[in-house]
Formats: sequence, C-alpha cells, structure tokens
Amino acid sequence: MDYKNVRTTCIYCGCGCTLNVQVADGEVVGILPCPEHPISRGSLCIKGWNAAEFATHPDRLRVPLIRREGGFEEASWEEALALVAERLGAIRDDSGPDSIGFFTSAKCTNEENYLLQKLARAVIKTNNVDHCARL
Amino acid sequence: MIEAIRARVAEKLKELDGVIGLRRSPEGVAPYLFHTEEELAELVLEPRYPMSSVVRLLQKRHPAARFGVVARGCDVRALVEMAKRNQVDPERLYIIGFTCTAEEAEACHCADPAPNVTGWPQAEVIGTPVAAGSPNPMVAEYAQMPRAERWAFWQQQFKKCIKCYGCRNICPVCFCESCALEDPLWVEPGVMAPPFPMYHMIKAMHMSNRCVACRQCELTCPAHIPLTVLYDLIRQDVENLMGYVPGADLEALPPVPLTLADAPIDLDVE
Repeated sequence: MDYKNVRTTCIYCGCGCTLNVQVADGEVVGILPCPEHPISRGSLCIKGWNAAEFATHPDRLRVPLIRREGGFEEASWEEALALVAERLGAIRDDSGPDSIGFFTSAKCTNEENYLLQKLARAVIKTNNVDHCARL
Repeated sequence: MIEAIRARVAEKLKELDGVIGLRRSPEGVAPYLFHTEEELAELVLEPRYPMSSVVRLLQKRHPAARFGVVARGCDVRALVEMAKRNQVDPERLYIIGFTCTAEEAEACHCADPAPNVTGWPQAEVIGTPVAAGSPNPMVAEYAQMPRAERWAFWQQQFKKCIKCYGCRNICPVCFCESCALEDPLWVEPGVMAPPFPMYHMIKAMHMSNRCVACRQCELTCPAHIPLTVLYDLIRQDVENLMGYVPGADLEALPPVPLTLADAPIDLDVE
C-alpha cells in the first residue's frame, strides 16, 4: 500500500514542464502539475496532463522492431543497433556522409540530443543535424 | 504548528494504514502516503495540492484501508462534497485538519480558512483559526459591469483557454467517469478555443452546487483565467437562492438531486 509522486520532465515538447507522476503500488495512476517548478508553475497543457496514459498503453513499443519482408518483427537491441550501424556505415561509404541527416527530438533530454549530434559530427562526419523543436 | 501536526500524525500512524500528506523529498514537495514516524521529518504543509483527490484515489484502490489525511479548510470542504456523492468514505478517513495562516487566507481571498470537521466521525483541527481573507476585488469590480460588458469580459477571458482540461482535472469535486466536456456533441475535438460560452457553462453548471472555493482551478490555469470570479458568483447565487453552501455541512443535502431516485420526474414512463 504505497503512494508517492515521482518528479520528472514532460517529454512532449521543448518547454520542459515538470510533472508529478502519481505512483500507487508501483503502478502509474496519474499526473499532477508542479507548483514549485519555475517554468510550468503548477500548470500543464493537455498533453502533460495525460502523460501517464502512454506509460502503460498496450501500443507502447517496448522492444525494437525491424522491418522485414513480412512486416515489423521484434528484435533484440544488439541486433537492431548492429543493423543500424551496418546500414548507416554502408550508406556513408557509398554516398558520402552528407547523404545522411540526423533529426533529434524535444522528447529527449539535452544530453541525449548532444549525443546524437556528436554521433553525426564525430562518427558519420556530417553537419546535417536538425531538431523537431525548430520546426 | 508543523511539529504539533507531525506529533499527531505519528500518533495516528499507529492505528491507521497510512496518512496522506505533503512530503518534501530531494525532488521537491508532492503528496505522499506516510507509513512510518521516521518519514515525518519530511512532512510539510505547502505548496497547495488537491489532497482530497488523493484520498479518493487511495480509498478506491484500497476499499478496506483506513487512511488519515493532513488537510486544509478547502481540502475538508472538498471531502464533504465528495462524501455526499460516495467518492470518499468518512468512516475510513481520519482528518488532521490545520488552519491556514492569515497571509494564505488573504492570498486566496478565503472566506473560511479553518477546517470545519463538524459531523466527521473522526477528525481534529490543529491551530488557531484566522480571520477570513478580504473578498476578491475582481468579484466586486465585475458585479459593477453592465450585462454587455460582462459578456465581453468572459468572451475575452475564455478566448485565452488552451483547452488543457486542467481546471477539470485538478478539481477535487469533478470526478464523473464520463465527462460532457469530452463529448463531441458539446465540445468539438481539435478546435481551439473551446466553444464559448458552452464549454465553460457546462463546467460552471456542474460545479454550481459543489464548488468549495479551493481555487485549484485558477491556480493551475495556464491562461490565467480568473475562474474564481465566476465560481464565487455562482456560489453566492446558490447560497442566496437555495440556502446551500458547498462543503459547509456534511449532513446538508445539495439542492440538485444526487441520484435519479431523488429526481422530481416520473422514471416509470414506458
């Protein structure tokens, strides 16, 4: 019989509102806004208010999917990452680094976005980096 | 005051399945279900959260559990209206009420800054009640406006609505399983701003005999719509016309029927 709120950042856009995720007995049961947070100041938009829904949604992806002839198939992270590395490497070698673009997301943290541009610039060697929050 | 509250919560923890209160963790302050005396060093009273809604959530999850709650006056008023509508069970709830400070009462323009636990089977109040806050000046200002100006005022205010449903979500006495505001018949999906005045009128009508003036809707509104002006006036009308003050008395029945069995219509028609 436990109830607590786990404080986290809304992943829907770049504003970065703080969410209190209500957790009862290990289960996500709702969202409360956070009056202490200097950005959101106790307010949320409709997406933040409903952010608990996808956490337990049956359609949520929990494993990587690889598109094969018969459609999407579940795969391990090792297999999925190996495939991505192999294909990106092959495209870069065949068509040059600037044939690849990297799109990052407001749904990631700053640090994750940093890592993706690092991969683009330092590994693939392209400056083709953009972000959904700039649209 | 906080030490007195912590001491009482520690005492009640011995017999209850947990006490709902605000906890200051390294992450910040949020509602929490306290189990042990050691945790109570982290029990705090601010900022405001809808504590009564947490009571409802936990009582529904644990139909046999007996909880306590550390509650302000407005939390208790909300619990009163929820109890009348079978949303909380007073027999399974121990209320540790505490009085708001004069500054808090003034900031909320609160008419009733001390918990009224009359009629609750198990409850106590800690602290000395302070005087009511001054009335919201916007209400008096609004009351001076001619009708056309009032219409324009609300049109202007509700134009700002971003349809976040926050006022409904945070409202402790807004708990219908199916909500008219999600019915495309009344509120067309994907259209901003929501239909004026229908969207806000539906909410206001549903709130008419249950709004306990906790101000949570106004505090959470990202568009800063002065919702308490609307609800203050509705509360005044309900009190003047029907003699009903939501949250004031656990025994008083609301003027609007609570079940269809009470409805003044013939339900046996073919």
